[in-house]
Amino acid sequence: MGYQPNWAIIPQNMNIIVQGLLITLQISALSLLISIPIGVLAGLGRISRNRFISGLAALYVEFIRGVPLLVLLIWIFFVMGRFLRLGSYWSAVIGLAVFSGAFIAEVVRAGIQSIPKGQMEAARSSGMTYNQAMRLVILPQAMRKVLPPLASQFIILLKDSSLVSTVSVVDLTLVGKNLVATTFRSLEIWTFIALLYFAVTFILSQAVRFLERKYHVVE
Amino acid sequence: MISIENVHKSFGDLLVLQDVTVKVPKSKVYGIIGPSGAGKSTLIRVINGLEPVDSGNVWVNGLSVHDPKTDVNKIRQNIGFVFQSFNLYPHLTAEDNVSIAPIHVKKMNKKEAKEKAKGLLADFGLGDKAQSYPNQLSGGQQQRVAIARALAMEPAVMLFDEPTSALDPEMIQEVLDAIRRLAYSGMTMVIVTHEMGFAREICDAVVFMDGAKIVEVAPPEEFFTNPTTARAKDFLSKVLHTS
Repeated sequence: MGYQPNWAIIPQNMNIIVQGLLITLQISALSLLISIPIGVLAGLGRISRNRFISGLAALYVEFIRGVPLLVLLIWIFFVMGRFLRLGSYWSAVIGLAVFSGAFIAEVVRAGIQSIPKGQMEAARSSGMTYNQAMRLVILPQAMRKVLPPLASQFIILLKDSSLVSTVSVVDLTLVGKNLVATTFRSLEIWTFIALLYFAVTFILSQAVRFLERKYHVVE
Repeated sequence: MISIENVHKSFGDLLVLQDVTVKVPKSKVYGIIGPSGAGKSTLIRVINGLEPVDSGNVWVNGLSVHDPKTDVNKIRQNIGFVFQSFNLYPHLTAEDNVSIAPIHVKKMNKKEAKEKAKGLLADFGLGDKAQSYPNQLSGGQQQRVAIARALAMEPAVMLFDEPTSALDPEMIQEVLDAIRRLAYSGMTMVIVTHEMGFAREICDAVVFMDGAKIVEVAPPEEFFTNPTTARAKDFLSKVLHTS
């Protein structure tokens, strides 16, 4: 006889599955929120004329892009977290934020560099300082352009966040692991959890499409 | 008012300004003409420091533009600049395009600055366009907004870098009319232009450039009817023939 799936296991455990999903969403959203200012600052830093600042920003971006997220999460949890008493939840949020910030930095840099240089020239010609021109003229246009890629970054973050289960944050993935450990119903549980991730990212990607259409920049 | 003294400038191996010296007195309108690649645009961009110089200097209102000790942002508040490609801020309405520098650079009261912006726009026939975004305006309207934006800072000097070159032919006149009015109001201006008839009409002097150098400076009547250099004669025979 083959394996007899028992799908009843899902509704029976719906409560903790939903709780895991909420943690996943919460951690992803929180780390995105923190990673946006990190990314904007690092993106601005990369195009800074100050060699020290641009070097520092480049170092951050290159280092993060060269380290696996899993290693970064474990390092923050076991090394930094120990000293700063972060706990698993905040270690995970900071790890994801620092990781995603490096990618956002590149998105922001590309966004700023896509703004025609006449914009900076017009702003500077009217007596604005470099910082004023950035804040009032360049960034508002650049951020509009990078809104769709930022939303995509959220989807990536949401999927990457499954790794926080390794530092014992009870997210959707860890809920799945725990359920399988107690019920041995891996087929039903992992199928459902995969579908759940997909459902959420699918809805989000539709939202990104909508944003892309809405903010399709008119020059 | 504007004094350009022995300016040298090159982009890599390409020499774009070679020992350029010219003075523009207060309330005078100088037109810079010449073939493409002569250095006209670079020269006008050197005046407000958009383009650094290799040597030499520019004085505007007695202030040195290229001295590292001077605050170039201060000097620029006194120099309006109008670009060939308008360079309006696409994320702001016409009114906000005009009022943003007075608000943030001059720290003018927001309401006052916006009222003034509306007034300036109305002066240029754009009273009903204050709330329009640049992409909702024609090229001619955009360039008039750009002129209003430059004037909002109440500059002592206005610079125009080929202000009509990116326009459809039927829109050139409305922009020239706007510039003409400014010229007659006594504004000190420098205009890089290919509109020979216009240069002849409104300029107090024509600066003819070729090959990174100023070849001839003369009153327009004299320049257009009796140019002294062979280069200017040759240039005029070509452009006047085609226009």
